Amino acid sequence: MAAKVKIRGKLSGTIAKVKLLIPHPMETGTRRDADGTVIPAKYIETVTLYKNGQLVMTANWGQSVSKDPYLSFQVNNSAPGDVIKVDWVDNMKETGSGEITLK
Amino acid sequence: MKSNNELVTKGPLSTSLVSRRQWLGGMLALGATALLPAQLFAGLAAFNATDTEVVLNELFKGLPIEESDAVNLRTPDIAENGAVVPVTVSTDITGVESITLVVDENPNPLSASFTLTPDAVPNISFRVKMGKSSTVRALVKTSDKVYMATREVKVTIGGCGG
Repeated sequence: MAAKVKIRGKLSGTIAKVKLLIPHPMETGTRRDADGTVIPAKYIETVTLYKNGQLVMTANWGQSVSKDPYLSFQVNNSAPGDVIKVDWVDNMKETGSGEITLK
Repeated sequence: MKSNNELVTKGPLSTSLVSRRQWLGGMLALGATALLPAQLFAGLAAFNATDTEVVLNELFKGLPIEESDAVNLRTPDIAENGAVVPVTVSTDITGVESITLVVDENPNPLSASFTLTPDAVPNISFRVKMGKSSTVRALVKTSDKVYMATREVKVTIGGCGG
């Protein structure tokens, strides 16, 4: 099971400033363990961000995004009560999500 | 301390050219099969490219790329830990369709590409891995042009923040 996405959001006027942290190994597939066996690649390929169910942004990532990815972004036309949601999918089709209601 | 070493490409990339090619072929095949369903991002092949020029062609299909002060790329000048290099890209340009980050010297230079709707403010921060010192490019795409900002980031080798 994937650990939960940590997500924080703050309204500044009508702009929501959102920060999130996804616990994920982001393995590149080029590292080896102590026995010299290649550790298979496991990294998040797609992160999708929604406001009240409507698409805000899609992030496509490669192996070179850091382990336990951090992402901060801003959403226009936001108001208290809006729900910001994040979904992610990795190359092994594991998924995770998180959401926050703006205050 | 360990994390710097993690980035040094071991195995496939550092061995002979032949095995490197085989490995790349394998990676491409893997990528192709894994991505078949539900993958809408047009430039996906670009993530497997090993050359910045190929990445840019793949993503922007010949749109003019112009260096611009309007693209604000913030990175450290010197990254003590190549595994975690904070990057911020922001711009005042209107009609931004996507924001892309490319690290020239990484095995696969394309790091991340964000597709924005009008609801998204073009101001994004995240963290990337860098194998070694490199030129980092931020590319902001609008409907008819690509604006670019570049920065040189030095990665300290040997860990321990030398």
